[in-house]
Amino acid sequence: MRRFALFAPLLAFALIGAVFAIGLTRDPARIPSALIDRPLPDFALPPIEGRTEGLSSEDLKGEVSLLNVFGSWCASCLIEHPTLMEIARSGDVAVYGLNWKDRPGDGAAWLARHGDPYARIGDDPRGHVVVALGVTGAPETFVIDKEGRVRYKHVGPITPEVWRRTLAPLIEELKRT
Amino acid sequence: MIRIRPILAAAALVLAAPAAGVEPDEILDDPALESRARALEETLRCVVCQSQSLAESNAPLAKDMRLILRERLVAGDTDEEVVAYLVDRYGEYVLLKPRVKPATLALWAAPFLALLAGAAAAFLYVRRRKPAPPAPLKPEEEEAVRALLEGRE
Repeated sequence: MRRFALFAPLLAFALIGAVFAIGLTRDPARIPSALIDRPLPDFALPPIEGRTEGLSSEDLKGEVSLLNVFGSWCASCLIEHPTLMEIARSGDVAVYGLNWKDRPGDGAAWLARHGDPYARIGDDPRGHVVVALGVTGAPETFVIDKEGRVRYKHVGPITPEVWRRTLAPLIEELKRT
Repeated sequence: MIRIRPILAAAALVLAAPAAGVEPDEILDDPALESRARALEETLRCVVCQSQSLAESNAPLAKDMRLILRERLVAGDTDEEVVAYLVDRYGEYVLLKPRVKPATLALWAAPFLALLAGAAAAFLYVRRRKPAPPAPLKPEEEEAVRALLEGRE
């Protein structure tokens, strides 16, 4: 009994150490999406300046698609932009955009300068749809299946690596089912 | 001489700056609704800054969320409905005070268990430390003490 008491602090330390060792490897910015495997919330957004078509949740049914949240103010969006352009050019998956918190014209000007990968874009200046989707920042990208359900959310810029390792295989799988 | 007035004035300004991220254009005309909105904001987490509430944060997303929260109140939602709307989308993580349920039981119980364990340890320690009453003196010791005391006089 006495011997056990002697080692109890060491044991407690090991236990707490193990909990922290696991806990600290997690990125607190990645909040798991509450929407995974649930249908997209219904929405219908107007187009951004210079476009005639907006974006509604109906547009995201029927085929596997990516829904990308972006804004001209968002620095990381510029980092992922070449990758998004490449994805759109490959035609592997339809890419839709959600222009978040831009003043009228800013989103369109940004796309005119850097290229426009989006099949359709919804304008969400006050973040209604962004909050309905549980977005925590830009860029964020949702993978939507044929039935219009959210299957995956990527937080942060899509790098070629993220595309190759995570998104592309998932999209291939969703296309087959 | 150090001039204390300007320092005090600066300190007062810093302290007076409201912790609230709520901006004037967000405030509702109806004071009853506004006070409900303020109370709700205090209990909800800003998902960008995470350790701040919606009320404190000046992140753009927090502003969006404050406005949406107010829109829902104006539309007639109860406080519970507004909270449910956000929990449904962001998970229970948006609640600054986690709900008591099986998954959070350890979280809620831990401080009380730690207190109990500490109290038990302290109790055992104190009891063990209590010195045993001294053994009665043997006759020869008693004799020696008496001799000493008498010798002193």
